[in-house]
Amino acid sequence: MKNIFLAAYLAVKEVIRNRGRFLLVALVIALITLLVLFIAALGEGLANGNRQYVANLDAQLIVFLEKSDYSISASRLETNIIKAVRRVDGVADAGPIYTSNTEIVSLPEPLKISMLGAEAGRPGMPVIVEGRDFRGGEAREAVMDRNVALRSDIKIGDTIEIRSTQGTNDKFFELVIVGMVEGQSYFFQPTIFVPPATWEKIRPQSEAELNSDTPFPNIIAVKLTDPTQADSMSTRLVDEVANIESANLETTINNIPGYSAQQGTVQTQGVFTLLIGILVIGGFFQIQILQKVPQIGVLKAIGSSNGVVGLSAVIQIIVVTALGVGIGGGMTYLFSLGFPPTIPLVFNGTRSLIAVALLLLIGPLGGMVSIIYAVRIEPLKALRLG
Amino acid sequence: MSSVALEVRDLVKSFSLDGTTINAVDGVSFQVRSGEFVALVGPSGSGKTTMLSILAALLTPTDGQVLIDGQDLAQMNEKKRVKLRREKIGFTFQSNNLIPYLTARENVEFMLRLNNKLNRAGRVRSDELLARLGLADRLHNLPAQMSGGQQQRVAIARALIHNPAVVLADEPTASLDTARAFQVVETFAHLIHENGRAGIMVTHDLRMCQFVDRVLQMQDGKLVRVYESKQEIRELAQGVLKH
Ligand SMILES: Nc1ncnc2c1ncn2[C@@H]1O[C@H](COP(=O)(O)OP(=O)(O)OP(=O)(O)O)[C@@H](O)[C@H]1O
Ligand SMILES: [Mg+2]
Repeated sequence: MKNIFLAAYLAVKEVIRNRGRFLLVALVIALITLLVLFIAALGEGLANGNRQYVANLDAQLIVFLEKSDYSISASRLETNIIKAVRRVDGVADAGPIYTSNTEIVSLPEPLKISMLGAEAGRPGMPVIVEGRDFRGGEAREAVMDRNVALRSDIKIGDTIEIRSTQGTNDKFFELVIVGMVEGQSYFFQPTIFVPPATWEKIRPQSEAELNSDTPFPNIIAVKLTDPTQADSMSTRLVDEVANIESANLETTINNIPGYSAQQGTVQTQGVFTLLIGILVIGGFFQIQILQKVPQIGVLKAIGSSNGVVGLSAVIQIIVVTALGVGIGGGMTYLFSLGFPPTIPLVFNGTRSLIAVALLLLIGPLGGMVSIIYAVRIEPLKALRLG
Repeated sequence: MSSVALEVRDLVKSFSLDGTTINAVDGVSFQVRSGEFVALVGPSGSGKTTMLSILAALLTPTDGQVLIDGQDLAQMNEKKRVKLRREKIGFTFQSNNLIPYLTARENVEFMLRLNNKLNRAGRVRSDELLARLGLADRLHNLPAQMSGGQQQRVAIARALIHNPAVVLADEPTASLDTARAFQVVETFAHLIHENGRAGIMVTHDLRMCQFVDRVLQMQDGKLVRVYESKQEIRELAQGVLKH
């Protein structure tokens, strides 16, 4: 206990009496923090943009066409499979999901969106937070994600126009926005939801597809009676229903095109930035320790224990790192206020917390060598170098 | 008759370098009593610093005994030696004496802090000691804001504040001009006598010997001569005696 006080006394005195130098290092740490937090936020933001819809599904399993390798776009199921899935014991409900990309043109700038078909009240259709569900059949009604509203000034009750290329022609369709859902980005795009029959009519499609009026769902979202039985239910589904494969949400997300690669890239950037941080901090404290050899020799010669000297170095590194991460966090917050919603930055994710924890570690990690070095300095140095 | 604060018996320290062995200290015995101020002189390489390092429990001897306040250094583990340095020994080094980020007062008080004895009385005593050494108006100066002589005096205060049995000073005047050097060593001698410490000062400057009670002269690791009478010491200090 006494050692901690002594060590803290030395550490704090030194930092205060060399404010300039330590502030400079803290600022370097702050900049690294800024960078790492932005990378983390970008990673979270991009991940959200890509997976939000799937991650928030009220379902545990996703049914794909057999041999589609869990790729949503590669999978196209027969309509009767929905019924077959619902009949399997242990399935509470199942809803088809139809995916496509199109754009809203009734805006000053066209807005690219994901247009998803889903059945109101079934898994695959998110919970309405404002307004109401669309009616079934071929109703020209849509529910939008809040993200659409944030990027345009579309409100509930507005009529929007979308453009889809069907065959060789650009076709335009009007839809009335009747409700709003939240957190449903898919494939980096804000989302609108329409009934399946409407989806089939207005989605972009090739000449060949135009001849059929039956919508084929890409996937089926399956809600289980007992969510903890996902693994065994997955096997059962594949056994009992022909021509399908089944995966949980995590596998589905990881197989969204580009998702894993993109997350890997972002994480690598984050890790490298942290490594650079460790090197910079390590370098600074190492140089500082080398300069301090005589005074550490004196400290030990007059009776300070290795414990006090080592602890003092640790405390100092922690103080400076915490200061830097604090300043960096503040800077990040201020910067984030100025960013438009179109840039996918999410600061409240667990990633930001992990990043902060890792950032707080870079000081002690980087300074480790210097701490060991400090502990090893012989008190004799006071006399010999003195 | 005052007690023996420091005793050295048949001390040997040898270094092996590339197969050859050097006896840096070679069979030295002496005693220093409380209240006695002793100078350690001798040509370069004669073993003075090695001797001081052993007395300070910073270096383990090859053979022989060192007793400080009756305690045998050889019987102690490293933890005990650290404790001994902090409680029983006061140090001044040739240079880089002070902790650069502590003020004059904080440097002196640090010695009490180390010993868990920094109370109101300790603070008063440390300010008084600094005042005695002419540093009353330098209490809040950092080492970098003081002259070499002022720093050396702060170091002396630090070496005495915790009432150590033994005070060791390695070349305390090396960085001072002659006038300052005389002043510093004189005050040092006063304080050692007054407070009954056993003081050992390594010095190159024989003129400084005028303030000590005894001079130990080393050569090739051996104690070759001891000057004890006032007469001899005065002559050595004035350069009349050739050493
Ligand atoms: N760590 C060591 N390894 C090998 N030899 C050493 C070591 N330390 C000291 N010596 C040798 O021991 C002898 C005494 O050295 P010491 O430093 O004690 O002399 P000194 O009297 O203090 O000299 P100076 O007046 O130049 O400071 C020298 O020959 C020196 O080379
Ligand atoms: Mg020497």
